[in-house]
Amino acid sequence: MHIHAGVIDYAIMAIYVTFVLGIGWVLKRNMKTSADFLTSGKSIPAWITGLAFISTNLGALEVIGMGASGAKYGVTTCHFYWIGAIPAMVFLGVFMMPFYYGSKARSVPEYLKLRFNEKTRGFNAITFAIMTILASGISMFAMAKLMQILLGWDFNLSILASAVIVLVYTGLGGLTSAIYNEVLQFFLIVAGFVPLVFLALKDAGGWSSVQARLHVVAANAGYAPDAWTRSWAHLGSPAANPMGINWFALVMGLGFVLSFGYWCTNFLVVQRAMAAKSMSAARSTPLIGAIPKMFIPILVILPGMIAIALTSRQGSGFSIIGADGKPDYNNTIPLMLGHFLPSGVLGLGLTALMASFMSGMAGNVTAFNTVWTYDIYQSYIRPGQSDKHYLRMGHFATIFGTIVSMGAAYLAANFNNIMDFLQLIFAFVNAPLFATFLLGMFWKRATGNAAFIGLVTGTFSAAIHHGLTQPAGATSFIKGGWLGHVVYTYPSEMAQNFWTAIFAWSICFVVTIALSFTTRQKKSDEELTGLVYSLTPRIKETGVPWYSQPGTLGVIVVAAAVALNIIFW
Amino acid sequence: MQTDIRFPIGLLFTIVGVLITVYGVFTRGAEMYQRSLGININIWAGICLTVFGAAMLVFAIRAQSRERRAVTGK
Repeated sequence: MHIHAGVIDYAIMAIYVTFVLGIGWVLKRNMKTSADFLTSGKSIPAWITGLAFISTNLGALEVIGMGASGAKYGVTTCHFYWIGAIPAMVFLGVFMMPFYYGSKARSVPEYLKLRFNEKTRGFNAITFAIMTILASGISMFAMAKLMQILLGWDFNLSILASAVIVLVYTGLGGLTSAIYNEVLQFFLIVAGFVPLVFLALKDAGGWSSVQARLHVVAANAGYAPDAWTRSWAHLGSPAANPMGINWFALVMGLGFVLSFGYWCTNFLVVQRAMAAKSMSAARSTPLIGAIPKMFIPILVILPGMIAIALTSRQGSGFSIIGADGKPDYNNTIPLMLGHFLPSGVLGLGLTALMASFMSGMAGNVTAFNTVWTYDIYQSYIRPGQSDKHYLRMGHFATIFGTIVSMGAAYLAANFNNIMDFLQLIFAFVNAPLFATFLLGMFWKRATGNAAFIGLVTGTFSAAIHHGLTQPAGATSFIKGGWLGHVVYTYPSEMAQNFWTAIFAWSICFVVTIALSFTTRQKKSDEELTGLVYSLTPRIKETGVPWYSQPGTLGVIVVAAAVALNIIFW
Repeated sequence: MQTDIRFPIGLLFTIVGVLITVYGVFTRGAEMYQRSLGININIWAGICLTVFGAAMLVFAIRAQSRERRAVTGK
């Protein structure tokens, strides 16, 4: 697969890169303290942090992956956006943000220190720092690989060029620069993908023709005809839908544990809301982000569904079937771009992909340098230095974060399995985290030692569950069953992931509660004020009209999400 | 004062929009438009981008002059 890009397409990419660097250069004059650089000095309006909030998660891997899943599973994929994001985003804005923004914490690990103890923070800060660097490296690797396949660019040069660009703009403008570029990326994705969806839909003969075609696809695959076009109807049993899951695993695993764990406790996204200029802006951030979030499936999942519909139609001139006779799901989106877009808008589409790869890297680098500087360096290595010292460390962390990411990119290129393995370990770490936060924020009796042991036990139980189970047709230990004895075989990898998360969360939840009753609460009520729900005075939103208050926005967002689920039931 | 993000967004989309529109006008009827089902998608997308970019610039300029009036008004 090779796309021929013309001079105009390269010109658009060059203009984009110039702007990205220019934004960093202009913002440089605002970067006077470590807080300006690492936390944007809490100064950004809500609509900007709101768009950045969802853009951080709209990396190119996400875009390409969702296109692939749209082709593979149909409308059910939208659950990753609807049930897998909206409720958690509303919960964060309405209930959790007051504690993040209102406490003096500058990061998620720092909140854990204030609420629990140093160990819990250390565990979270170190795993998070490693995870962000690896995520940034994976993004870099994927970009270089895609550009090599699509445009014939040199792999090493792509890695170096993307690292230098990201380093320059985050090094100059810090978190503000990363956030501004995420907003830019959001609009570029819309601009690049709307023409694609429009043309693909027109070629397929409109939505009703796509649906009719997908009925044939589903029937050929041995499912009910509407398995690709309805999101809930076939979740009664794992065998009835191509994802191989049932509704309980979906709601509990994805909708509750994984979704709340990601959107409410991952500093990568929470950092965007914490950069907002006021409490009300911080609370509105995830709520404003939730509105476009609901409709992103039109841009990223729908093209995948159209692609499989066109593939199944004889003589459509488009096919995702690869040279080996099997569907090449992962290349769905690049194939569509090359097939439908002429030079000009093609440049726009390629720039959108490039922008989302780079902001995926930048988001991780800016989260890394904050956690490194405040939660690791200032806490354990050199406390009590001047702010200038920490600003310098912030800059330095940006540089070595980027360099280590490049190392991670080459690691991914050489040892594919190592990357899978590391991602798995981080899934184990993340799965129980939301139980710790839920108890920490809403139950003042939860103690530091209980939280730490609960978190570690939850992480280990995730690993053990994974070691004792397997998805159907597993071929390697990366997929599970490495403890030598398979207790249960899941119908799909996704079902196994969801159940691993459910186990880890439940065990962390139960262990933390049980140990809290048997250990002493070392924090006084005064220390916990502003950190725990029952000890914090309710916020009265003054000067904000009722229709733009977080509670009202939350209700509107939830109602819209429910309506979408009913339409595509 | 923070730099208003609407300036760079407006400027980028206006420049790219005009570029794509002009390119679309010069390549009317070119063979490559068979890919986009015979539609000159460049002209249409280019116009939309330019309008969006210009709107962003207008908002940014209006916000800036409002801020300046507020400062001098004191």
